[in-house]
Amino acid sequence: MIEARGLTKHYGAKVAVDGLTFDVRPGAVTGFLGPNGSGKSTTMRMIMGLDAPTRGTVTVNGQRFSDLRWPLREVGALLEAKAFHPGRTARAHLTMLAQTNRLPARRVDDLLELVGLSAVADQRAGKFSLGMGQRLGIAAALLGDPGVLLFDEPVNGLDPDGIRWVRHLLRGLAAEGRTVFVSSHLMSEMSLTADEVVIIGRGRLIEQTTIGDLLARSAHQFVRVRSPQAASLAGALERDGATVTVEDDGSLSVRGLDGPAVGEVAASLGATLHELSPQSASLEEAFMELTDSSVDYRGATASTTTPTEAP
Amino acid sequence: MTELLATAHAALVRHGGPGHGLRFGLLIVVVLVVVAVVLIQRQRRKDRTTMEVASPTAVTGDGGTSVAVVGLAEPIPTGHYHFGDLLRAEWTKLRTVRSTGWTLLITVVLGLGISAIATAETRAHWASGPVGQHVGFDPTATSLIGIFVAQFAVGALGVLAMSSEYSSGTIRTTFSAAPNRLRVLLAKLVVFGVLAVVFAEVVSFASFFLGQALLTSPATHATLSSPGALRAVVGCGLFVAALGVLALGLATMMRFTAAALSTFVGILLIAPLIVQALPTSLSEEIRRFLPDRIGAAILTTTGPSPFAFSPWVGLGVLALYAVGVNVVGAVLLVRRDA
Ligand SMILES: Nc1ncnc2c1ncn2[C@@H]1O[C@H](COP(=O)(O)OP(=O)(O)OP(=O)(O)O)[C@@H](O)[C@H]1O
Ligand SMILES: [Mg+2]
Repeated sequence: MIEARGLTKHYGAKVAVDGLTFDVRPGAVTGFLGPNGSGKSTTMRMIMGLDAPTRGTVTVNGQRFSDLRWPLREVGALLEAKAFHPGRTARAHLTMLAQTNRLPARRVDDLLELVGLSAVADQRAGKFSLGMGQRLGIAAALLGDPGVLLFDEPVNGLDPDGIRWVRHLLRGLAAEGRTVFVSSHLMSEMSLTADEVVIIGRGRLIEQTTIGDLLARSAHQFVRVRSPQAASLAGALERDGATVTVEDDGSLSVRGLDGPAVGEVAASLGATLHELSPQSASLEEAFMELTDSSVDYRGATASTTTPTEAP
Repeated sequence: MTELLATAHAALVRHGGPGHGLRFGLLIVVVLVVVAVVLIQRQRRKDRTTMEVASPTAVTGDGGTSVAVVGLAEPIPTGHYHFGDLLRAEWTKLRTVRSTGWTLLITVVLGLGISAIATAETRAHWASGPVGQHVGFDPTATSLIGIFVAQFAVGALGVLAMSSEYSSGTIRTTFSAAPNRLRVLLAKLVVFGVLAVVFAEVVSFASFFLGQALLTSPATHATLSSPGALRAVVGCGLFVAALGVLALGLATMMRFTAAALSTFVGILLIAPLIVQALPTSLSEEIRRFLPDRIGAAILTTTGPSPFAFSPWVGLGVLALYAVGVNVVGAVLLVRRDA
């Protein structure tokens, strides 16, 4: 459980995080979404006690991070790619971490095995590819078997296999009842991974909601259908209350009915389907709409590019 | 430091340029360097083994199942993480980066090598030169010139012990595992301090014995029971270790390797030059507070200088510097965002 209350961070005149209040509950993957520079990483650093909030508080399992008795056993975090000494081996990096929280040495081997780094455990980590570095970071986060996990852009730089692995890992961790908080600026990735989302823009909370709710509210949600009997299918769907648009490539965009309902209609007609796909890309649009309408958001992105506010 | 090298140089010039002794000393340095290079090469070869990219175990061949994390089949211990846990972790950190081996190796090479050169050279030209040239000859100081020069290597080790955490981002991993920053810093200081003291003392004693062995008759040599000799040898090791702790404090303050290292070198090499430019009466008063003059007094066994603190007082002053810099570093470490 992570609880943020009025969390605020100023860097000089720059307001990076502005009065954030949200909860991240156990047993679910909570996506942390916002455009570049919206304050996701800053918020995560404050949760981990690395940056001190200017105002407000954040607690993990009801405690301030600095009061945790065995931090690694309670919270694990992947905050940046390659947060390890390039000259140290993967095993040495995990070993020194394990020692800080009195974790058994075999735990290091278990984690190296889990993330697939056993074969290169005694190589210097500086030679690792981005993906291998990311996996070492994930191993470090999981080392203490913590109930709360934070991941800042964990799929950055990963290949499709790696992305799929991280997705399954996050889902698995949540299924075990852990609190999983994962940031991304890609709504499409989150739609496959997260149950809930905390959406921020320019350091402010825009909305905390579920992925399903976000989807349901999206005006752009539709089902794409391809069928050799497109014309008769379109007619049947419209009779059932759907709005059907015939696209240039011959596919149908069906609004007002969900995937299963469209499938039922097609079955009752005996129509052959070549494609039946609910379009989750609409989530990206929902995200854009939300962040677009956030106060001054466009002004904010423009101002972050001015030299005075460069980090 | 500059002072000591000047003394050594004057001794060589007085003896009429390099001769057998210098060649012998150089030979020792070359041998030590060759051994070092061979050892490093061997390590390199071990590292060059192919790096195959393994795939995470749980993902191979599956389509949609979740990745199961093996739990930590033991309850969370009572209490909390301890200073002892941090000591162990800091020792692992120091032990598992190559710069530690490098800097210690350089300490040995410089310490023994330069001492060998200085003493062997003195011995080789002992008989030549004007009568009375050996009045005031200090065999102890001559044999300790090397470890004195090696202060830069120990300083570099101290700087890197902290600055490499910042340059790599490890510092945030460290504080995520142990948020009590003061305790982390203290553990680092203890581990580095103990290593530096032990190592500097070993090299200091080794240089002394090597140097005295090379000062064969008719040259005069010292033993540990000679007046001031033991104090100089022990003091020299402590001096170098204290400088290392000071260097670590500079790195905690500045976070960047280059900034901390150049400040460290600046204090030792540039500060004396600046002070020298002042009027003599003033400059001598100020110079006694500079580490190089403090060190020279620790090494010297031929009587106290009016312009320097006595050895133990000097060491105390240096320790105060080291503590002061580390206190400032600690305050910044706690206050700043990591
Ligand atoms: N240490 C710092 N000093 C000054 N400004 C900072 C610092 N860290 C972040 N900022 C600023 O705070 C704002 C939020 O940054 P942050 O890195 O938290 O955004 P983000 O949501 O993680 O972005 P991204 O998606 O690009 O990772 C940015 O404008 C950034 O420039
Ligand atoms: Mg970020």
